[in-house]
Amino acid sequence: MPTIYILWLRQLKRYLRSTPRLIGSLGQPVLFLVALGFGFGPIYQKAGGGNYLQFLAPGIIGMAILFMAVFMGIELIWDRQFGFLKETMVAPVPRWQIMFGRTMGGATVATMQGVAVLLISFSAGFRPDTWLGIVPAVGLMFLIALMFTALGTAIASKMQDMHGFQLIMNFLIMPIFFLSGALFPLDNLPSAIGTITRFNPMSYGVDGLRWALINSSHFGPLQDFAVLTGATVVFVGIGSYLFSKIEV
Amino acid sequence: MIKVENLIKKYGEFTAVNGVSFEVEKGEIFGFLGPNGAGKTTTIKMLTTLTRPTSGHVHLNGFDPINCPSDARKSFGIVFQDPSLDDELTVWENMEFHGVLYSIPKKERRRRVQELLTFVELWDRKNDLVKTFSGGMKRRLEIARGLLHHPKIFFLDEPTLGLDPQTRNHIWEYIKDMSQQEGTTIFFTTHYMEEAEKMADRIAIIDHGRIVAQGTPWDLKKLTDTRSLEEAFLSLTGKELRAESASAADNMRLRSRVWRR
Repeated sequence: MPTIYILWLRQLKRYLRSTPRLIGSLGQPVLFLVALGFGFGPIYQKAGGGNYLQFLAPGIIGMAILFMAVFMGIELIWDRQFGFLKETMVAPVPRWQIMFGRTMGGATVATMQGVAVLLISFSAGFRPDTWLGIVPAVGLMFLIALMFTALGTAIASKMQDMHGFQLIMNFLIMPIFFLSGALFPLDNLPSAIGTITRFNPMSYGVDGLRWALINSSHFGPLQDFAVLTGATVVFVGIGSYLFSKIEV
Repeated sequence: MIKVENLIKKYGEFTAVNGVSFEVEKGEIFGFLGPNGAGKTTTIKMLTTLTRPTSGHVHLNGFDPINCPSDARKSFGIVFQDPSLDDELTVWENMEFHGVLYSIPKKERRRRVQELLTFVELWDRKNDLVKTFSGGMKRRLEIARGLLHHPKIFFLDEPTLGLDPQTRNHIWEYIKDMSQQEGTTIFFTTHYMEEAEKMADRIAIIDHGRIVAQGTPWDLKKLTDTRSLEEAFLSLTGKELRAESASAADNMRLRSRVWRR
């Protein structure tokens, strides 16, 4: 327990100390929210979809969490390059505890990021269906964060340096985001896209957030929650396994 | 205290360490010397549970690093060749982190952190971020950190690399003091032969993954009929440059590491 706690604390401290990163990482979600929310708003309204900003905000919160979480996981490569990883690897504690502490820390940071975007979206005019919905929303945010931090850790366990980062971003993370229904409704999609979104765990995260925040769901909250929990367990398992196999 | 029998490490076709055996007694200061790419760091990695040997046996303080990694890990402290501090944390936080990982009780931890930071003359800087430190200060902090949990064995992989003579002298003084006060066994590598000659009780010289000679500095000089350890070293390992073989070895290691299947 102390091991998990100290690694969690370390991730948090590192994040809170770097002010440029705190601000910088909010730039992208805000831009998406404003440009897409207000840009596509009128046309979405005309097509009979209602208020696009209401629809979009949970998707952008999901996006902010996804990017931050994967990044927090992949940061492991820095620890490897700057040597700190070795310090934890020779410590007399089980490797899974190190991985889990790190991942919990990263997930906490990513959840904070999600909450920050939620607060910003209020100023853009977003209003949740019921304010009470924020409670399950934060819970779902943490699940999404945990799942993708674990994914980032799993990937980083297999990488020696940041050279592969673009590859991961463009061929894994971007598709996970764009094909999750974060930007568009999942109803009546062409069957190929529809199938992909159904196998994308992120779809269930975004859908869950929509259920909690605007009371509209494609899969239903039960399925969202079940798939998210299942995928999180799997990713944390794979991440722990790969992490335990690291040789530095 | 350290017992190594017929240790072998292969990376694919390449044999980095090829049947190394030696023993280090309790309280001894043991120098492990060799040209670049000879297998020093690989050997240390196997001794410190970071890499699994292909074959052979290691005993650290009576524990096998493979079967009981936790006990083996508790028995040693280490200063790596490259820095291994968290630059974004303060001196104090780096020490705390280590103390918690080695489950040192809070009261004892606080006392010991103060004692060691005073010992390496960093107590005044305890609340500074490590990223503001010079190479020498980082090294001193790493030494303090490595000693926090009272290790029986202390590994130092080129602890004085790239440091000025003042800092180097200081660091060796700390190490010697500690070895005398606490009876800690010291296992170090270095490229500075005068250091090794002055500090080490016994020395092993490794080349191409094999131990080519071991004994006291005096033994080695006598064996090679030379006047200094540097001459003895050159006489045992030859004079040709190792850039070629070292980079081949490094590439081999790299290739085996990058995107391991």
